Amino acid sequence: MGLYGAMEPVAFGMKMVAPVIYSYGNEEQKKRFLPDILQSNVWWCQGYSEPNAGSDLASLKTTAVREGDHYIVNGTKTWNTLGQYADWIFCLVRTDNTVKKQEGISFLLIDMKTPGITLSPIVLLDGEPEVNEVHFDNVKVPVENLIGEENKGWTYAKVLLTHERTNIAQVPNSKLKLQKLRNLAANTADGYGGTLLDNPVFKRKLAEVEIQVLALEFAELRTLAAVSVGKAPGPESSILKIVGTEATQFIDELYMEVAAYHSLPHVPEQFTDGFDGEHVGKGSVAASANTYFNNRKKSIYGGSNEIQKNIISKAVLGL
Amino acid sequence: MDFSYSEEQQMLQDSVQKFVKGQYDFDTRKKIVESDQGFSADYWNLFAELGWLTVPFSEEDGGFGGSAVDLMVVMEEFGKGMVVEPFLATTVLSGGLVSELGSEAQKQDMLAAIMEGKLQLATAVAEADSRYNLASVATTASKAGDGYVISGTKVVVFNGPAADKLLVVARTSGQKFDRDGISVFVVDAGAKGVSTRSYTAVDGHRAAEIHLQDVQVTADALLGTEGKALESLEVVIDRATLAVSAEAVGALTCLLQKTVEYTKTRKQFGVAIGTFQALQHRMADMFVECELARSIVIMAAMKLDSAASAADKAKAVAAAKSRVGRAMRLVGQEAVQIHGGIAVTDELDVGHYFKRVTTIEHQFGDTDYQTMRYAAL
Repeated sequence: MGLYGAMEPVAFGMKMVAPVIYSYGNEEQKKRFLPDILQSNVWWCQGYSEPNAGSDLASLKTTAVREGDHYIVNGTKTWNTLGQYADWIFCLVRTDNTVKKQEGISFLLIDMKTPGITLSPIVLLDGEPEVNEVHFDNVKVPVENLIGEENKGWTYAKVLLTHERTNIAQVPNSKLKLQKLRNLAANTADGYGGTLLDNPVFKRKLAEVEIQVLALEFAELRTLAAVSVGKAPGPESSILKIVGTEATQFIDELYMEVAAYHSLPHVPEQFTDGFDGEHVGKGSVAASANTYFNNRKKSIYGGSNEIQKNIISKAVLGL
Repeated sequence: MDFSYSEEQQMLQDSVQKFVKGQYDFDTRKKIVESDQGFSADYWNLFAELGWLTVPFSEEDGGFGGSAVDLMVVMEEFGKGMVVEPFLATTVLSGGLVSELGSEAQKQDMLAAIMEGKLQLATAVAEADSRYNLASVATTASKAGDGYVISGTKVVVFNGPAADKLLVVARTSGQKFDRDGISVFVVDAGAKGVSTRSYTAVDGHRAAEIHLQDVQVTADALLGTEGKALESLEVVIDRATLAVSAEAVGALTCLLQKTVEYTKTRKQFGVAIGTFQALQHRMADMFVECELARSIVIMAAMKLDSAASAADKAKAVAAAKSRVGRAMRLVGQEAVQIHGGIAVTDELDVGHYFKRVTTIEHQFGDTDYQTMRYAAL
């Protein structure tokens, strides 16, 4: 889908919560949630990070206290992507305060329509309210929405994160963007009568990132081959996350360089339906700065690239 | 060598610094950016009262002296406040062109008005296909009777929306890439045939696409000798390039300071994240970049103020913009990365500094362009 530029389904369902549900959910939960995810009937969002639990995710403080057949959830999640459209949220919540921080976390599925949930939008650098803080004020969640065992949520969370990281690599998407970039450069004047693709400096940079993506593609294929014989993606998903996000970000830089002055206008209304005014800059060129700014988040989310290096240092290199 | 500022420069720095600290905090700037005009007319008048608008001009033009070091001093402080008032467009670029090319009558007509804050100008250079090559000019100005008729489109003209007059770079003879045949005309922004497509740029500054269709101007609209404007244009663009490089140094200094401060207070894993050596080394790298950027801008400013040849001056500016460009990319990206998610939000100033330095990177020639220009000079 990435290779052909098709709109991808929101990753939070199919690629993130689904693997957790089919690996750790009970039969009832699989029947209840998976078909709707497969058919994209339900929009999922993520409740992981908190204002004071970012890279140190396990220090999260949102609590779920058991009362009869329900948990009562209180706390604040942040960097919640597009929750304003979501039907359900999967959340990491603290169910035990008395043990090591990783051991008191549970994995809860919460209907976004439940009373007590409010969202405050956060506007990002491109001017769009893409993420939210999600506030939980005495939110009642039925106990049957707990995935797996109480206090084992960190294990499931990590599995989800390895899937998220593998997904973040976005090799097909990068390949498509590179192909388009090459075409764009071939049709962009260099200011001296040639095209930008004739410019040896630009050509070299483009080739370097193409080579990087090629190496990344085969790193990803090796990971997927391991997954296909039943292994969950392990610490190597950190490679994909680091290299994948950096490649995307570098491609964004090149788009801006191609756009030159026309990377600078901020005219979001020209991308809306029914706009009939004068366009400023063409297509991907016109959005290049905002894409560049917005995608700086990629090396931060899903466990920052620094956290990925910690994982490689500890889990792979044994340092 | 003595790198200390003169008493006058020190006073100039203090006065701009005091303004930025006292009257140009992030919230104030945000309100200004979101206002209809996109800059504060009150502050513009204040700049005039304080004499800052005279800084880019020589004493014989009635200015403060016109030294590049003075300009650097002002721009660095503006960079710390991300000042959006059109100082660069009106005084450095447009005022610079009038000063370089203008007749006595044209100077009298415009320079005093600029310095008094009564005239807004914009210089229309870039075209959709020109990238950073100043000699690539497709806009034409043809002789018609006593005057000229100008046609063409100029892109991303900073201060275009507020300008009373536009300085339009147009071709009076020759082919698209010829160095000869380039002229500059003073065109009333409201002249018949001028249409302005205004917008806000990603850094909050206002700019416009300017379409000129058979715009008639009289002979006295020509600035300087017909067809001979390119060298002066290059000199003025280089001064503007130095100015934004100095502005970048101010912005980068803030990005570094804010990042270091943040890592002292932000706690994860039970400690301030600034205690992690992995981050310490990266902030040390940011510091090195900031210092090299500052050093090379000082070098270029001193070169512009010296008796060096035009080629040596151009080479110094190319070197500065190239090196500052590298610093902007590294320090800007690292400031955002080390802050984490909060820096990709609109609410924190760090993202806005990042946007400003990214804009500067792509103005007047990006890093690759300036590096290759340096190599060719």
